[in-house]
Amino acid sequence: MAVLKRVCRFLLERVERGFDIAFGQACNPFSYLGALGWYFFWIVAGTGIYLYIFFDTGVTDAYASVERITHDQWYLGGVMRSLHRYASDALVIVVFLHLLREFSLDRLRGKRFFAWLTGVPTLVFIYLCGISGYWMVWDQLAQYIAIATAEWLDALPFFGEPIANNFLNSTTLSGRFFTLLVFIHIFAPLFMLVLMWVHIQRHAQAKVNPPAPLAVGTAVALVALSLVHPAVSQAPADLDVVPVAVGLDWFYLAGYPLLDVIPGGQLWLIVAGGGLLLALLPWIPPVRQAPAAVVSLDNCNGCARCFEDCPYSAITMEPRSDGKAYDLEAVVNDDNCMSCGICVGACPTATPFRRATAIVPGIELPEYPVADLRETTIAESSQFVRGRRVLVYACEHCGSQSLADDSTRVITMPCVAMLPPAFIDFALSRNLADGIAVAGCADGDCFYRLGGEWMRQRVAGDRDPRLRGRVDHRRLRLLYSRASERQLRTTSIAEFAADLRKLPKNRGSGRSRDA
Amino acid sequence: MPDLRRLPLQVIAYSAFAALIGYFASLPNYQYGDAAAATVKVSLSHAAERVKPCVKLTPEEIAELAMNMRRTEVCERERLPVVLEMDIDGRPVLRLEAPPSGLWGDGPAYVYERLDVSPGPHVLSVRLRDTARQGGWNYSREERVELLAGRYFTITFKAETGGFSFR
Repeated sequence: MAVLKRVCRFLLERVERGFDIAFGQACNPFSYLGALGWYFFWIVAGTGIYLYIFFDTGVTDAYASVERITHDQWYLGGVMRSLHRYASDALVIVVFLHLLREFSLDRLRGKRFFAWLTGVPTLVFIYLCGISGYWMVWDQLAQYIAIATAEWLDALPFFGEPIANNFLNSTTLSGRFFTLLVFIHIFAPLFMLVLMWVHIQRHAQAKVNPPAPLAVGTAVALVALSLVHPAVSQAPADLDVVPVAVGLDWFYLAGYPLLDVIPGGQLWLIVAGGGLLLALLPWIPPVRQAPAAVVSLDNCNGCARCFEDCPYSAITMEPRSDGKAYDLEAVVNDDNCMSCGICVGACPTATPFRRATAIVPGIELPEYPVADLRETTIAESSQFVRGRRVLVYACEHCGSQSLADDSTRVITMPCVAMLPPAFIDFALSRNLADGIAVAGCADGDCFYRLGGEWMRQRVAGDRDPRLRGRVDHRRLRLLYSRASERQLRTTSIAEFAADLRKLPKNRGSGRSRDA
Repeated sequence: MPDLRRLPLQVIAYSAFAALIGYFASLPNYQYGDAAAATVKVSLSHAAERVKPCVKLTPEEIAELAMNMRRTEVCERERLPVVLEMDIDGRPVLRLEAPPSGLWGDGPAYVYERLDVSPGPHVLSVRLRDTARQGGWNYSREERVELLAGRYFTITFKAETGGFSFR
């Protein structure tokens, strides 16, 4: 499984780096696949409502009404129909890329299982919506789908009279069939929307809207495609005629030809087995989960910064339980905590300057105590041999560990946003390094969702806890890159060191007044 | 401020995305049926005779039953399978025994079969047995028909209307 993930990651990263060039890291569509899925869903829903106004149910009415929509008002109804189809196809593309990408990045394991598991039934609903939509047109494609689906369903032992009997010939089809289809095609997307909502329940500030340039770009592309190559119906369905050559929508119907080579029962077993395997992937093989963050009530003043910064809604603010004069205290939900440490970086008490008392912040990770981070910072700074001393605080997922050499020391942590900004001030003011690099995942693509962005805002002074104003920003560099961009990181560190050489050697700013 | 140098690359990316969707949304065509063949569909839903015949109750036996449970005969639920055979031009193409549906085997037997046949004139012969008789058939029909390429020919069965219908 690990090899498969590495291969997928290797291939995807190459593609993503290509898109970085075209769109920039912060606007790379691969960082917004989920959000693009939502976006396409809304396009499909909006255009579907319009089409429904003009759609007639009935054996002959359905096809005729779709033809009227397509040709009589091609400028609006035709475009809407094309957008409805093409946005549905785009939805399938981004959803499968989203699935593949999260798999390759291992963002499904342990406590992250929830989004993955709820995504699996969402896939089923996507197909239910798409396939039922194709039936409604009642052209030859619809006829093929109807017969093939009915024959496949009849392979299940649950049904009495074969469903395929409904499509024996033109006398056996009832107009009520279309009423049933409309019902399915309206309610399946509603259920799907509920599932999509559940899917993001454990994500704080879930990305459900792509950046405006991406939204505009994809919309323009789909409208242009709708005008240049409008979606049209095939010949009307005739249950007395064999649909010989059908133009399949391969995004939704690629599995149908399998029905001609694999018996229906076996195909059900393959689909059910595949679905089960997909659902169980978060636990294959079992993974060890790092211990959840722990709150130290003696040091928590209930400021709620950890609550605001947690990307997984794992922290709630609840009434004080220890009688202290604060209103609230942070409470960690162990089941949701991914042990990313972003809460630690948000805690104003996580400061290395404290000397009078032991360094125990209001919240911290048992496996990464802030006191140890301070000791590691001091220890690593004594390992510089020559040149401008660059101390790199790196996340475990961006591949920056390899940067270490005589003039560069690397301290890793689960996420860069675990680093309290006070550590940057500490390292520079104590003359432990000439420059600080913060190396994280690519822009907009943090392994823990929001860490990179929170760190950027804290350093820029836009988010608490802010980096102190006395820090010389020329001695600080944020290096956000993809794991495979080794050369870029090496070059960036070399450039940073060269820039540092242009500055006077760091003498520190003396001892800060310790807490 | 958008980086205009990236615009051509974005146009290429969006165009490729649109082209991918536009093409695979309907192409390549899938060859489902054989245009040079006719397709015969056989479909029926029919309850065969019960495995054991119903036993008539005597007036005394009926009187012993509770008022609301009184009936004239007692029947076991299980039914026989339906045996179906079909020949085309004297050549056997279908031989099957469809079991009764239902957990207790008391429902109708269902058959749905699809066969590709060369077009042209053929003699279709279908036979069905739904009783425990050892030889012979309860229903049968033989007819010379013209099967057309690319069209369905359906054989259905309804005991109430006399047996098999060809269409």
